[in-house]
Amino acid sequence: MILTGLFEMMTRLARAPEDGGATFWMPTQSSTIAGEVDWLFNLILGISVFFFVLIVVVMLVFVVKYRRREGWETAPASPSHNTLLEVVWTGIPVAIVVVIFFFGFKSYLNISTPPANSYQIQVSGQKWNWDFTYPNGYVDQNLHVPADRPVELLMTSIDVIHSLYIPAFRVKMDVVPGRYSKAWFEATMPGEYNIFCAEYCGTGHSDMSAMVIVHPSGEFGPWLEKASNFLLTMTPVEGGRKLYEIRGCQQCHSVDGGARTGPTLFKLFGKDESLTDGSIVTVDENYIRESLLEPNAKVVAGFEAVMPTYQGRLKDDEIGALIAYIKSLDGKAALIEEPGSDRKTEEE
Amino acid sequence: MAEGHSAVVTPMSGGASGENYLTTGKGPLSWLFTLDHKRISVMYMVCILGSFLLGGVFALLIRTELWSPGATIMTADTYNKMFTLHGAVMIFLFIIPGIPAALGNFVLPLMLGAKDVALPRLNLLSFWCWLAGATVCLVSIVVGAVDTGWTFYTPYSTTTSTAVVSMTLGAFILGFSSIFTGLNFIVTIHTMRPEGMTWFKMPLFLWSLYSTAIIQVLATPVLGITLLLLIAERTLGVGIFDPALGGDPVLYQHFFWFYSHPAVYIMILPAMGIISELVSVFSGKRIFGYRMIAWCSIAIAVLSFLVWGHHLFTSGQSGLLNMIFSALTFTVAIPSAVKVFSWLATMYKGAISLAAPMLYVLSFLFLFAIGGLTGLFLGSLSTDIHLHDTYFVVAHFHYVMFGGTVIAFLGGIHYWWPKMFGRMYSEFWARISAALIFVGFNLTFFTQFVMGSHGMPRRYYNYLEVFKPYHQASTVGSYILGVAFMIMAYYLLHSLVRGEKAPENPWGGATLEWATASPPIATNFEHEMVGLDPYDIDSLRFDRETGNYVRKDPGSIFSKRTGDE
Repeated sequence: MILTGLFEMMTRLARAPEDGGATFWMPTQSSTIAGEVDWLFNLILGISVFFFVLIVVVMLVFVVKYRRREGWETAPASPSHNTLLEVVWTGIPVAIVVVIFFFGFKSYLNISTPPANSYQIQVSGQKWNWDFTYPNGYVDQNLHVPADRPVELLMTSIDVIHSLYIPAFRVKMDVVPGRYSKAWFEATMPGEYNIFCAEYCGTGHSDMSAMVIVHPSGEFGPWLEKASNFLLTMTPVEGGRKLYEIRGCQQCHSVDGGARTGPTLFKLFGKDESLTDGSIVTVDENYIRESLLEPNAKVVAGFEAVMPTYQGRLKDDEIGALIAYIKSLDGKAALIEEPGSDRKTEEE
Repeated sequence: MAEGHSAVVTPMSGGASGENYLTTGKGPLSWLFTLDHKRISVMYMVCILGSFLLGGVFALLIRTELWSPGATIMTADTYNKMFTLHGAVMIFLFIIPGIPAALGNFVLPLMLGAKDVALPRLNLLSFWCWLAGATVCLVSIVVGAVDTGWTFYTPYSTTTSTAVVSMTLGAFILGFSSIFTGLNFIVTIHTMRPEGMTWFKMPLFLWSLYSTAIIQVLATPVLGITLLLLIAERTLGVGIFDPALGGDPVLYQHFFWFYSHPAVYIMILPAMGIISELVSVFSGKRIFGYRMIAWCSIAIAVLSFLVWGHHLFTSGQSGLLNMIFSALTFTVAIPSAVKVFSWLATMYKGAISLAAPMLYVLSFLFLFAIGGLTGLFLGSLSTDIHLHDTYFVVAHFHYVMFGGTVIAFLGGIHYWWPKMFGRMYSEFWARISAALIFVGFNLTFFTQFVMGSHGMPRRYYNYLEVFKPYHQASTVGSYILGVAFMIMAYYLLHSLVRGEKAPENPWGGATLEWATASPPIATNFEHEMVGLDPYDIDSLRFDRETGNYVRKDPGSIFSKRTGDE
């Protein structure tokens, strides 16, 4: 009980400064639990520095004081053990690790137990991007959340194991195929923070990044409303382009003719493609639809069958918009530029 | 010559013929089919140091690639293969067999006053298994390499198109090499201790090899089975780990770490054993708290089987399991701390020599303290959630594996080198290289703690611009390490040709390997030995003219039984 009281007091003291500034050891504190974690980190750091200095100073003092001198190659006999001393230096570390374990477990319970009123967002990881699905069905490539409200992430993977990591929130959880894992946080400061994939997943592992965008209270609802209805307010080509940008297509398919993991979409529509089985297919609306829903049925020669299926993840009007966008990439448009390229350069 | 020279100092040493184990028998076949533990040890040493060089080259390529974000000298796919090969080569080919097979093989029978290990043919088979396993691994590197990380996590490893099957098969065969060595050491220590050497009169290096052997024999089969299951899933499509086939990918992690966490102690326990020997000899003084250190070795071996779950804190395993594994993890910290305190107490009121092996002991105490203490951050649940799979972890295990095991291994090589090859190396260059390794190592890895706690994930080819200064400092540090190791290779090889002849006992060790010629004769000893107190340094006297430590009572180490014959 005393420990708990002390813990709460120290946690309050260790809360981030108002600007949530980064320290020598830690990034900014931007979630409610970050202060708790950093407090424990600093406690262990203090203990470690104390013992490290103790060990090194004692060692150096002995090296200097008891250095070997001419004619004194062996030392005079001294005690070979001392039971009291040995009990003490076993007992003190035991006490210390019990304390560290207690605080580590206590704050872990907070990290791993989402409050009942959490706003739930579904997360899906795949090589090499994230999909964030909101309660109304809208899907985004970045994680938009309200400030000062607990958010629970219900996560799964389409292919291999990934791990969602938000350093500024001190949150990390593996994203495993075939099961759901959960993470939660309550963001305290509006702003943009990095999301990394922390479990190695192949070629694009280090580029499997996204941003958390924390909206000030009251601004998240209107943002979601506006973002969700983009197909209604945009032309099919614009809408398709946005889907291309936010649904993971651009990770593997370029629109400028360059090769990536998958074929380019530039001048794709109407083209005759050779497939891995040797046959030839003309790219039309039905081929594009099939390639989205059953991507590995007809794989273009020279590429691996690695694309995940979009069965059940794209609605009919979204598929229609993507087809319209691919049709528009015929090389006749005045300006061919890569959507979303600003974000990429910003990160690098 | 060395033998004649030492024969003057002590009457019982050296073959009268001037032969030693290196000159008895000529030609490659006399080496490849030898049953002499010393020759097997030398072959192991050559191969293991060759693997260390290979793994080191991979490390330097990795660090060079990380000089700048994105592509520097290689593609992402090549980089992924590089860090996988660095890990796999360093762990399976170098550090697991390192101390037991290369140094342990040489020293263990000598410390027992024995002619050889109990099962010399099994010992040779162990070496051949190592060669076969290493060959399979090298072939797999040539035919396409692996890109899974040395951990081979499913379902990535069952779906990637690289040479996973041949690499895991190589690791499987290497496992047998490790099991055979462990089994041999257990049998040898149980059956071949000399007259008078009770369990608690064994040198602590033997206690550490014994604890290590227990882990090798009990844990390695689990890795073998796991890798076979992985191969079965890849080649036969049996669903064990891949959820697409109805398997469980987290099950793989449990199996894998059930071996691979104890394996960490296969690496560190013999290193601690070396430190126990060296700190006593170079302090000119009895080891402090002998029994406690011996029991701590056994305690670490037992506890090492109970903590594997701390590698799975973020895997989605239940909170209850996380709590249990966190608590158990902290228990391993205690025996390690006790050992460090005992080594410090050994130095108290000693006569501390700063010869090269002792520099490695001091280096070890400094670096292992950091490696051990940073383990506290990772054993504690909430801080681990943040630090898991970041460079903080990379730095932590390099401080333990390199700062602990490799440094102690180097200390051991410098300590037993005169005994193994009968030559002294350049003390000056040995000190320079030890100092450079210390500086280079800290520059390489301390920066990684800071990167990691700021959120830099491990196994990243590309990274944010803010991490660039840390990465560049780390890369510079790795180059310093490279230079230091080149210096070491040079003066050690040079010593074989030009080195001063080594006396029997240049450091003043009271264990039995120092009571025979340097290098020893093929049969190790000319007399049957008795096991005296291994830390009775007072029984020795320094002979200034020969630079040798001699026993005050030379006859005391011979068994009276042979004396009567």
